[in-house]
Formats: sequence, C-alpha cells, structure tokens
Amino acid sequence: MRATVLVRPKPGILDPQGQAVESSLRHLGFEVSDARVGRLVDVDVATDDKTEALAQLERMCEQLLTNPLIESYEIELEHA
Amino acid sequence: MRDARPVIPVIVWPGSNDDRDAQLALERLGAEAPRVWHTDEALPRETAAVVLPGGFSYGDYLRCGAIARFSPVLRAVEAFAAEGGLVLGICNGFQILTEAGLLPGVLRPNASLSFVCRDVQLNVGQTNTAFTSRCVDGQELTVPVKHGDGCWFADDELLAELDANGQLVLRYAAGANPNGAIADVAGVINAAGNVFGLMPHPEHAVDPLLGSADGALILGSLVDAARLSLAAAV
Repeated sequence: MRATVLVRPKPGILDPQGQAVESSLRHLGFEVSDARVGRLVDVDVATDDKTEALAQLERMCEQLLTNPLIESYEIELEHA
Repeated sequence: MRDARPVIPVIVWPGSNDDRDAQLALERLGAEAPRVWHTDEALPRETAAVVLPGGFSYGDYLRCGAIARFSPVLRAVEAFAAEGGLVLGICNGFQILTEAGLLPGVLRPNASLSFVCRDVQLNVGQTNTAFTSRCVDGQELTVPVKHGDGCWFADDELLAELDANGQLVLRYAAGANPNGAIADVAGVINAAGNVFGLMPHPEHAVDPLLGSADGALILGSLVDAARLSLAAAV
C-alpha cells in the first residue's frame, strides 16, 4: 500500500528555511507570509490492511521519520 | 595506577571524519584510543570511556544523527552509558546522542542556514563534571566549530529544568553564538553526569600550533575521569 508521510516543523519552532523561501518569494513579487518548509516521504508498505499500514507508519514516524521535539507528521494512504 | 593509560575507544561511522584527530588528541593526553567500527556489537572489554566523533555519519541523511543512532555499536554505547560509563559526543557525536535520547534537546540547521567554520569563545558554566574538571569556574575557552546543524534547541520548560540542574555546561560567549542555539548553549550534560555532548571540536584545539590548546582541557578532563574509573574498578 502506497503511503505519503508529511513532516512539518511544529508551530512555534523557528524555521529558517521557511523564512528564506518566504523572503525569496517576496523578492519575486509574491505577497506571502508564514512560509514553512517540511519534508515528504513516499513509501510502499507491504500490507493491504489500512489499519495495519497506519499503525506501522506511525511507528516509523516515531522511531525515525520525525524528531517529535520539533516536528509533527501527517499520514496519507493512497486509495487502493 | 596513576600512569595507566585508560582505553577510550573512538567510534567510526561511514562519514565520520574527526575520528583520527580525536584518537591523536586522546593518545597525546595519555589514553589508548582504538577506533571501533559502527557494526561492532561490543566495546573493547577495558573501555573506560567512549568518544563519538564529528563528521557526517551515513551522510547525515534525514536528520543529522538520525540513522547512526540505530547502528549496532550504539546499542553497546547505550548499555555502557546506562551503567554509568563516560560518553563524550563531539559535533555529529552530539547530534547522535540527542537523536538517541541520551542527551536532551535537538540540533537543528544553523539559524543562518550557512555552514560555520571558525574559532569561537566558550564560557564554562560547570567545572564539577567529568568533562570540565581541568577548567576553572567562568573560564573562557577558544575552540573551533565547523557545522551546518549546530542550533541546539529545547522548549522553555526543558531549558529551565536543565538550567536549574546545572546541565548547560558550555555556552558560547556573548556575541559568539555561531548558529542561533537557544540560550547560547554549546554543550549539554545528562542528569546523571556521565554523558556529555558539545558542538565545538576540542580535538582540533590541543596544541598552540593549532591556534589554541583549550580543547585539551576538556579531553584531558575526560582522560582524568576515565583513569579514575579504571582505578575504582581494580
């Protein structure tokens, strides 16, 4: 089952990358604010069971894909 | 016993690049410092302390230290630390220790988003640790940093707790913070006092020819403490 994990800097955490992107967008003439830059992980999980896939993905996020002190995550499962 | 050379292994990951400097510095300061490969499942039997050196373990993919923390040798380091063994993490080693949960906080990309490589001034906040015993209270040290991800962060609650416990052992001097670390923190010790991590590189500052010998105070403190633990074990 194909899954996408979105990792974001938690609210309130300073995000210098987001600030740099926002500043560049402004230089290009776009009226933007509060840009935040995260990370995206696409992965195939070897199960067709949605509940099982979600449980595994949560463990992946907690063990490796995110640092819970500074990052939050969101899991999206592809509709089979 | 006084002249015994304590064994202080230096761990090597693919991408470590300060392991030989750490080894050389420790040996000059009176230790045996074998390099131990990341796939080893055990530390040398006589190990009196362990050093996790700087570099870019496993390419620093995902987050610095995030993958190295799962290497076989780290299980051995965790077990060693759990029994009170002395562990020092320098730069990437510090990042690995925070990712492994052996040290509080996290190291994030520098606020400037630029790699910094220069000497910085540090204030020693605690001298009653195994890693700073050769320093005097309030001493200012000059030690180089070279990192892209050295911005140490802890939330307000954790920061206050660490401060109250005296765990914020090293701080950048006023105006010398190279990375935006919160509260100018350069080095943190765990509550038990046996695991310490810092972003600056003491192993690159052990001889006046290198611009400073202040790093020898930190590594020398570790060698002293390792020798004491050796004597205690006999």
